[in-house]
Amino acid sequence: MCTYLTSTERVAGTGLGAQGWFSIERAVVYFDHPQEAPVEHALCIDFRPGEHADPSQRVAVELDARSARTLAESILATLAHDEVRALGVD
Amino acid sequence: MSSDRIEAGTITLLSGKGDEIEAYHAKPTDAESHGSVVVIHHMPGYDSSTKEIARRFAAHGYGAIVPNLFHRYAPGASAGDGAAAARAAGGVPDAQCLEDVAGAMAFLRAESGANGKVGVIGYCSGGRQSYLTACNLDVDAAVVCYGGGVVATPDQLTPERPVAVIDMTKDLRCPMLGLFGVDDANPSPEHTARMEEELKGHGKTYEFHTFDDAGHAFFWVERPSYRFEAAREGWHKIWEFYGKYLEG
Repeated sequence: MCTYLTSTERVAGTGLGAQGWFSIERAVVYFDHPQEAPVEHALCIDFRPGEHADPSQRVAVELDARSARTLAESILATLAHDEVRALGVD
Repeated sequence: MSSDRIEAGTITLLSGKGDEIEAYHAKPTDAESHGSVVVIHHMPGYDSSTKEIARRFAAHGYGAIVPNLFHRYAPGASAGDGAAAARAAGGVPDAQCLEDVAGAMAFLRAESGANGKVGVIGYCSGGRQSYLTACNLDVDAAVVCYGGGVVATPDQLTPERPVAVIDMTKDLRCPMLGLFGVDDANPSPEHTARMEEELKGHGKTYEFHTFDDAGHAFFWVERPSYRFEAAREGWHKIWEFYGKYLEG
């Protein structure tokens, strides 16, 4: 399967790439052939800076589907934890 | 006796609309006359696997060129960075793809020893673009390797890809060879049956082969999707098909 299905989310944060830390403005999410992971398909996320940045400036991850679900649930659970909610940042 | 010598390397290609893109070119050095093939890379990009395919064509006596369809999004970047940049931008527009393939065709037809016949082959998203090319440009033979998205519903159309390629079938200009895996989800066996129905309905010359125990990307030797039997048989079909339509 190959797919153009791509979701681009506006995000705010920082990522550590080959050249050091940089600001992240977009997360591009898709499920397709990975570049490197030894699976036929992977949930891929490219954390990217603004639109006109160097194309090599990204943090890329490729996860098998189960890992991606586990990660998503872990993120949501972490943000839902009482200690985090008590900070009132969400 | 052939010397088996080829030459291969990166060139600057003039796109049909006049701008320059990177491309990979390979050709036999001692063939008196040769057919040519435009190789369209898959969604993961203009990578070493696709360049290896170009060299394979050259070793079999064909001139071959891989236009980097992602060049504009990330000039000089790695295949992975180029693919990621193209995807983030919405993917390659069909009109732009056709300009780049047209430039590649012109290059191949103009080079020394070329017999003027040019085929196209594409893998994955490039399979769809091979079908697109065969319906819009003056190619002599087209190979579609598991091209996903040829059959598209209205909600899958975008400004970059505004027309379902299957709806262009009436304009197909050359014979087509389709190579698919029975376990593929896109194109699924239902999708390929729909393509065949359309090709048959318009009286086009085509042959489709769907291989058992193979899914998407069974030609891709560096990935777990690689299937030896399907790939070997697929290459036999390609040599027969191009031998018939591109040689002489």
